[in-house]
Amino acid sequence: MSDNEMKLEIKSKSSNEAFARVVVAAFASQLDPTIEELADIKTAVSEAVTNCIIHGYDGKEGTIHIHCRLEGRELEIEIIDYGKGIENIEIAKQPLYTSKPDLDRSGMGFTIMESFMDEMKVESIVGVGTKIKMRKEIGEAV
Amino acid sequence: MICEYTKDNRELTIKFSGEIDHHTCDVIKVKSDYEIQKYMPKKVVFDFKDVKFMDSSGIGMLIGRYKQILRIGGQAEMVHTSKDIKRIFEMSGIFKIIPLREEASL
Repeated sequence: MSDNEMKLEIKSKSSNEAFARVVVAAFASQLDPTIEELADIKTAVSEAVTNCIIHGYDGKEGTIHIHCRLEGRELEIEIIDYGKGIENIEIAKQPLYTSKPDLDRSGMGFTIMESFMDEMKVESIVGVGTKIKMRKEIGEAV
Repeated sequence: MICEYTKDNRELTIKFSGEIDHHTCDVIKVKSDYEIQKYMPKKVVFDFKDVKFMDSSGIGMLIGRYKQILRIGGQAEMVHTSKDIKRIFEMSGIFKIIPLREEASL
């Protein structure tokens, strides 16, 4: 499998959550992932994109960039918003912490991204935006 | 989403279908709350048999509904969670307040 790359730009509308996770899963399917691996990827992307919409842009209109790369058996996903940013990443990442309990949010988004992907990094600047970088190795080494 | 109420045991079954995410939760919340207020059930059973995808929005949505059910003195239970859905619920510890009803395997 030769290396590959794709970029996607979407509006921060909740109806794009399903679209984004399906596109990334379709791109990742070149690596012949298992059904479980595909579910992991879809869920992690769904969490990240939902965060951009609810937290990054606070429900207002904005642009979300999704950048995926395949290298060998590794999938790398970057999900970027240009919204309000995260003041304290360590607190935001804590399981069950949510800044929006009134919206029935569970605070499990980052925990799920961390456990469903091999690696998850958050870069954020207040007033500039947030970038989530995730990595996952697909399939067994032959 | 299909809701079924049985009078004799005052049990309301809320059967979700399709995908549960932040987008679809808006409708699910409104519909579920309406049904819960309408029947004031003793027990609400959340059925995930026809759910093809769920992210953490499902946890928040259920906890919100659970608060409604507690307010009317009811109980809640889940049924038919797939492996993927179960894994997400297990991470959050939600089964401690809304237990999973184990179905006899055929």
